[in-house]
Amino acid sequence: MVVRALHDEGVKYIYGYPGGALLHVYDALFQQEDVQHILVRHEQAATHMADAYARATGKPGVALVTSGPGATNAVTGIATAFMDSIPMVVITGQVMSHLIGEDAFQETDMLGISRPVVKHNFSVQNPEEIPSIIKKAFYIAQTGRPGPVVVDIPKDMTTPTDRYPYEYPKSVKLRSYNPISRGHSGQIRKAVDMLLQARRPVIYSGGGVIMGDASAELTEFAQMLNFPVTNTLMGLGGYPGTDRQCLGMLGMHGSYEANMAMHHADLILAIGARFDDRVTNATDKFCPTARIIHIDIDPASISKTVQADVPIVGPSKVVLEEMIAQVKESKKRPDGAALESWWKQIEEWRGRHGGRYDTSDSELMKPQQVIEMLSKVTGGDAYVCSDVGQHQMFAAQYYKFNKPNRWINSGGLGTMGFGLPAAMGVKLNFPDADVACVTGEGSIQMNIQELSTCKQYDLPVKILCLNNQSLGMVRQWQDMNYESRHSQSYMKSLPDFIKLAESYGHVGMKVDKYADLEGAMREAFALKDRLVFMDIAVDPFEHVYPMQVPRGAMRDMWLSKTERT
Amino acid sequence: MRHIISVLLENEPGALSRVVGLFSQRNYNIESLTVAPTEDSTLSRLTVTTTGDDRVVEQITKQLNKLIDVVKVVDLSEGDHIERELMMIKLKANGQMRAEIKRTCDIFRGQIIDVTPNTYTVQLVGASDKLDAFIASLGNMASIMEVVRSGVSGIARGEKVLSL
Repeated sequence: MVVRALHDEGVKYIYGYPGGALLHVYDALFQQEDVQHILVRHEQAATHMADAYARATGKPGVALVTSGPGATNAVTGIATAFMDSIPMVVITGQVMSHLIGEDAFQETDMLGISRPVVKHNFSVQNPEEIPSIIKKAFYIAQTGRPGPVVVDIPKDMTTPTDRYPYEYPKSVKLRSYNPISRGHSGQIRKAVDMLLQARRPVIYSGGGVIMGDASAELTEFAQMLNFPVTNTLMGLGGYPGTDRQCLGMLGMHGSYEANMAMHHADLILAIGARFDDRVTNATDKFCPTARIIHIDIDPASISKTVQADVPIVGPSKVVLEEMIAQVKESKKRPDGAALESWWKQIEEWRGRHGGRYDTSDSELMKPQQVIEMLSKVTGGDAYVCSDVGQHQMFAAQYYKFNKPNRWINSGGLGTMGFGLPAAMGVKLNFPDADVACVTGEGSIQMNIQELSTCKQYDLPVKILCLNNQSLGMVRQWQDMNYESRHSQSYMKSLPDFIKLAESYGHVGMKVDKYADLEGAMREAFALKDRLVFMDIAVDPFEHVYPMQVPRGAMRDMWLSKTERT
Repeated sequence: MRHIISVLLENEPGALSRVVGLFSQRNYNIESLTVAPTEDSTLSRLTVTTTGDDRVVEQITKQLNKLIDVVKVVDLSEGDHIERELMMIKLKANGQMRAEIKRTCDIFRGQIIDVTPNTYTVQLVGASDKLDAFIASLGNMASIMEVVRSGVSGIARGEKVLSL
């Protein structure tokens, strides 16, 4: 019934790892071909693969893990999806129902463990409920503010000799769950009036624009009004990165112009963004002169950390469509002269810093150069799946995403080990696309075993390991706040990644010099059917800048090791 | 400020743990909590008293509403409402204080629901501060052996109702 329900839901791939509690389900999987199972090497990777599929397509990914350690290994992946509002259905095996609570072999209370990091979870109490619970799980995962849903299934619920009537529901209705379908028109009118009177506006857009499929609407709206746009880490690609109106990312490692514009704005239009602490810096100093319009599908995100002047609860796409229509109808237009001088100011900020970095202080390559080269070689068109750390911030800053759903990273939870399985999940579903995993020698080792899965299923992703021989982001903080006491941020005894890749049956490439980088990268991407592990030696002393000064305002930033605003 | 929040909840296994978990996970305060099924056996009614400024209480109601098992939420303290709590209190009552305790009990409209030669068990219903006042007024008069309080239940005044 589980496999049939997944098939009826239109699921093509599931990612998982078998175990005792799931043997009945795995036996059913064996006897059909519609739902294909990808065997990972660690359950965390299964959840990241499912998660990345969802990030790239907007549709829920599915993971299947056994009870006990299988389920607990999946928790990091579930939490990763939860923090970034990614739709996912995770089916966990459970011990037989009569054994629950008796500390049976491989028993854990998965409902209890997962509760704080899921949108919802279900426990199957009766086999007949399986189709309707799975239908509900998919419905909840992908509607409203998306999120992961866990379905815990005791082994005796899937006994193949027990037969039950099966019917997959066409639709579901829950009296206690009614996701909102449109914004309040009066609020939208109020917002449009404010926008048309703004003199120093900024559009601050987040992951809600990506997952809400509102990128085209955002682009049309921003261009219609000639307003500057800054994206959060989760929102990159929501507005074309190479467009003049794009200020890049904002926040802790945001661009100088984005953070300055936010600080001096008189009106901020936040769309599908949640005023996260990595964006706002100190909330009491946040954007002192701005009024705030906040569009979000989740009412709880509005006025959670920063008070909104005009809250609009609704899906970003539908609200933006209505805003576009209202602006078209309205006779008013923004004050052209005011906007012109605002843009002049922004261009001045952009000119002053504009993402420059110094290449003269090291013999080695700069990590920024690697990302810029990746952007060049792939034409800004690749799926870039990142791990967590300095390389992630460099990728966010220097890869110019022109399309949504191409930047796949763990934003909220910051899960090291996310990058490789994520790249695998994307590559499996988009076999013709260029898929890069930008990682570091720290992160990659958190899920390196998946090189084996890549071999089994022919997943020729390109791994760019920015090897600085240290946990770079930790070290940067230690440099800046702990007088360079590098406690545990240096990794001795790194493996020979080339040999390691080769031993898994892949291609390894070592790049030490910038002069070799372009050639090597082009060669790697030309090897369409091989996984290439590029071990790229980069300057271990490089820091990510700009970096906001702790507890400061948006505009308080370090711009280099010696220069601050 | 103290708030009384009433929640209509699906009567499902695990629903209560979601509510309680939310409070601890998000660092909200629970002063008291009561829950029982309603006349509709598929629904439970839960009352929680909490303290927090307006921003926190707004978040609490929004976050509660997000839980899939939560059908409806209302902050009773926003309007006129009635709150009641039940207390049973076992007191050492002997000698000359026995009569005095009975008098105090009458003043508070408490009922003595169990008696032994040395103890009274008193039942008292009212708003929480009335129960507090009763305990305070016993003062030096009686030694308290055991207190059990139900936690607050509340209902809106007038025609307003919290139902499906």
